[in-house]
Amino acid sequence: MTDATASATDTAIMAAAFREARAKRARRAAFLKHIFLIAASFVMIYPLLWMLASSLKADNEIFGQLGLLPADPQWDNYTQGWNALPVSFTNFFWNSAVVTVLSVIGNVISCSFAAYAFARLEFNGKTFWFALMMMTLMIPYHVVLIPQYLTFLQLGWVNTYLPLVVPRFLASDAFFIFLMIQFFRQLPRELDEAAMIDGCSPFKIYWAIILPLSIPAMATAAIFSFIWTWEDFLGPLVYLNDIQDYTVPLALRMFLSQDSVSEYGQMFAMSVLSILPIILFFVIFQRLIIRGIAMSGMK
Amino acid sequence: MASVTLSKVVKAYGNVPVIHCIDLEVASGEFLVLVGPSGCGKSTLLRMIAGLEEVNDGTISIGDKIVNDLPASQRNLSMVFQSYALYPHMSVRKNLAFGLTNLRMPKDEIARRVADAARILQIEPLMERKPRQLSGGQKQRVAIGRAIVREPQLFLFDEPLSNLDAELRVQMRVELAGLYQRLGTTMIYVTHDQTEAMTMATRIAVLNKGIVEQIGTPYELYNFPRNRFVATFIGSPKMNMLEATARGDTAEIAGIGTLKLPDGVRGQGSISVGIRPEQIAIGDGGALSVPGKVSLVEYLGSEIFVYVTLPSGERLLVQAPGDARIHNGEPITLSISAAQAHYFDAEGLRIGT
Repeated sequence: MTDATASATDTAIMAAAFREARAKRARRAAFLKHIFLIAASFVMIYPLLWMLASSLKADNEIFGQLGLLPADPQWDNYTQGWNALPVSFTNFFWNSAVVTVLSVIGNVISCSFAAYAFARLEFNGKTFWFALMMMTLMIPYHVVLIPQYLTFLQLGWVNTYLPLVVPRFLASDAFFIFLMIQFFRQLPRELDEAAMIDGCSPFKIYWAIILPLSIPAMATAAIFSFIWTWEDFLGPLVYLNDIQDYTVPLALRMFLSQDSVSEYGQMFAMSVLSILPIILFFVIFQRLIIRGIAMSGMK
Repeated sequence: MASVTLSKVVKAYGNVPVIHCIDLEVASGEFLVLVGPSGCGKSTLLRMIAGLEEVNDGTISIGDKIVNDLPASQRNLSMVFQSYALYPHMSVRKNLAFGLTNLRMPKDEIARRVADAARILQIEPLMERKPRQLSGGQKQRVAIGRAIVREPQLFLFDEPLSNLDAELRVQMRVELAGLYQRLGTTMIYVTHDQTEAMTMATRIAVLNKGIVEQIGTPYELYNFPRNRFVATFIGSPKMNMLEATARGDTAEIAGIGTLKLPDGVRGQGSISVGIRPEQIAIGDGGALSVPGKVSLVEYLGSEIFVYVTLPSGERLLVQAPGDARIHNGEPITLSISAAQAHYFDAEGLRIGT
């Protein structure tokens, strides 16, 4: 073997060793990265797992043990919890569904109308009204709660669903309006102009052109509206007095008794059931949400 | 078919005027092309005719009816947009039928018109597709189809071929010209591409900074430009302009020589002499021979563009046949014919006929 051949062989061996070392380092880095991500995910998901586990535990086991797995799964928590309160959870879920569905419909219709006007129509004081609308985003709900309550009290709407539902039909949520404005603005104006030449009125342009093209934005608004209304506690607490009219979050609060023993297992069981509609909606529509947020320029 | 008359039309955005008192007559059945550089107001003018922009002053008439306050949908016109503006959520068939449905036309009449348009534009196999499933050329056909199904009295085109590649643009240009011959409807066509303007128009209106510089047939604009702007804007490659001093029937072109002006052309003082690249001959023999040096040769196949630097430092562009053997850096002699040149006074207005 010549010196040149020996040298080439040595180089090849060194290169192979180098490649092997590099592959090893990459494997180790990937392993550590996954360990870290799994740990971080576990921290994030732990409260949910804890609630799920607690829904199957006896009350004395919930706060007495650190482990997640129930020693003896209490499936009765679900059946007993459903009827544990003076009114069945069937009623509470129905109430929540009515309020939520009406709110979602109201929000989507009214906010898209307002957004269309801001994004596409010309009217006096448009900039001023837009700024005013955006300012409402900065006012905390708690600030307007009392004046709103007094207004609804005067109208005789307290202890009905009207205060929870009617404002949704009046484009009261500036966040959704803003979301939709951003989306509408991305649609080419030539579409409106072509539709105008094709004989469309402004409403027909909204209905036949803008709305079908804005399904991602509408879905995003609908899903956020669904989640926020479904889990709203303060609104129903302020306006609803009769247990027959309670929504699910108010009903869950009733499990915490101040003068007797609280049924935590049943409460967690009902809490698990209460988040199922949200999870279901999110799983089904998550692609639309992400697409909607990405397309509307919101982060 | 309808005529279009613009009378002292003015448009301003806030305090910025974009259209200055334009008068324009488009005869019934005419193919008028509005051409001009970017920002000259040609699209604004078209949109005002369409009813998509308000008219600040003056009147626009379609046929014998003033349409200033008439909504776009009631002007009985169709418009093809640069971006096609097809409704993305509708199939080709629905795109074509949408305007007719809004007119509450009977369904069988809609079906007949849509089928006719599809046949004329050869888009029958595409009828159930969505616009995103079409190529640029197919989209443009659908956009044109949407315009023709309405059988309007006026077609407006806003740079409809700008988004197409060069080959498709030529093909569509030919098809549009064929469509015009077939339909015979009045068409107003906006473009910044003068080849489109020259090949398709029965008349061309050259716009610049919100005014009409000249209206005429392509032949008139090319051979008798009214002013320096039209002379340099129309024609590709661009007309060469040489500064000169006129003394009666002669013009002294600085650093080149004296040119005897043709009959009917007289001047005093500063003038411009315009010579189209194809009207400069290579070699001696013209009214004025000019020596120079070839600084660049662009080979286009059937022709070549030769950039010649004169001793005065000025550069002339010369168009020569593709088989001419001319190389960079070699000396060259050019001949200029006084009769073929164009003459403009100090204000840029044409001298003579």
